[in-house]
Amino acid sequence: MALSTEESGRLAALLGGQAERVTTRWTEIVTSSLRGRLSQAELRRQVEDLHRAIVATGQHGEIDLASENAAELRAALTELSRGRARQGFSATETTISIFALKDVLAELVQEAGGATALHDFVAFSKLVDEMGLFTFESFVRTRESLIADQAEQLLELSTPVVKLWEGVVAVPLVGTLDSARAQVVMERLLQTLVDTGSPYAIIDITGVPAVDTQVAQHILKTVVAARLMGADCIISGIRPQIAQTIVALGIEFGDIATKASLADALRHVLRLSGVETARRQPRRGV
Amino acid sequence: MERVPILKIGDILLVSIQLDMSDQTAVQLQEDLAERIVDTGCHGVIIDITALDIVDSFVGRMLSTIASISKVLDAETVVVGMRPAVAITLVELGLSLNGIRTALNVERGMELIAAAHADELDYQLDDDPDAETASS
Repeated sequence: MALSTEESGRLAALLGGQAERVTTRWTEIVTSSLRGRLSQAELRRQVEDLHRAIVATGQHGEIDLASENAAELRAALTELSRGRARQGFSATETTISIFALKDVLAELVQEAGGATALHDFVAFSKLVDEMGLFTFESFVRTRESLIADQAEQLLELSTPVVKLWEGVVAVPLVGTLDSARAQVVMERLLQTLVDTGSPYAIIDITGVPAVDTQVAQHILKTVVAARLMGADCIISGIRPQIAQTIVALGIEFGDIATKASLADALRHVLRLSGVETARRQPRRGV
Repeated sequence: MERVPILKIGDILLVSIQLDMSDQTAVQLQEDLAERIVDTGCHGVIIDITALDIVDSFVGRMLSTIASISKVLDAETVVVGMRPAVAITLVELGLSLNGIRTALNVERGMELIAAAHADELDYQLDDDPDAETASS
């Protein structure tokens, strides 16, 4: 797929000879497709970078995207697609910036004419296609890493362990509990138990939309692990539908205490640990 | 051969396992502990496994055996300081330490033994009318 040395030379000459005109035309075509979402000056800068990279690579000899010579070109393409992916452009809007070069080349080759015109244009087209594909790939890679980062952040955000009372910690679970999250919750809860020396933990599942056998299994494992370490777990926040599901699925919580609300669970724990709560005359506002 | 030291604190014997257990050390520990319980008349044994990275079925069985021996000699056994990773592994493997009481740290373990011992004393007092009249 690589361009031969003569072809590369002709391409470099074609693009380098009328640099100003090429970049202007190229920028024009791209601008119309992006509908003003990127400033003219920025676009022009990106196009000029690409143009410079192609010409520089062409002067070195044959252009092969996978070769050592094309490192600068690859870097320019990666830079462009990464920027577009982060700014939220679509894949089409990103790759069209590359494919626009084809239109420019068609005009140039037509003007130059000569015996090799058709052959050259086909070869140049192939190179542009390759560059487009490369851009698309790195666009997808950037998007994927963005998604992975977000998933990780979500995991961090969604599993806090809070201290409710001296010796009582609570985990308010929000969202679906899959294996990966259950593992994180379990590890964080057990580590907090060790760090704070709390003998009681409350797992609140008010925010869990559905409890199936797998979710129940994860919760049970956490409770058993906490018991092995010498702490007691209470499950709270069981909504009416969830209670029905649990019974329908035949899930057995055994001798694990389950409470309807977090308040009930806290009261239960306080009674177990011997803390007395009493109601006093409420203070009236002045 | 390496030996696991047994420390006496008040009414409690503290065993802190700091080395990888082998068959010999385990047997030696069981013998030493049984002897110390009889000698001192302690009512509680705390086994600290904070330093253990791995608790397999062998260590689990050893802990169960020690708990059973102590029970026969009227001493309560509490295993303390199990690491989260160890607990998760035990649960994943489906191993449960049957008949062993656990606590988060040595302090909680001592509270647990004190509470269990107090319960027992109450129970004995309630059970024995002579003791009650003697005390009143």
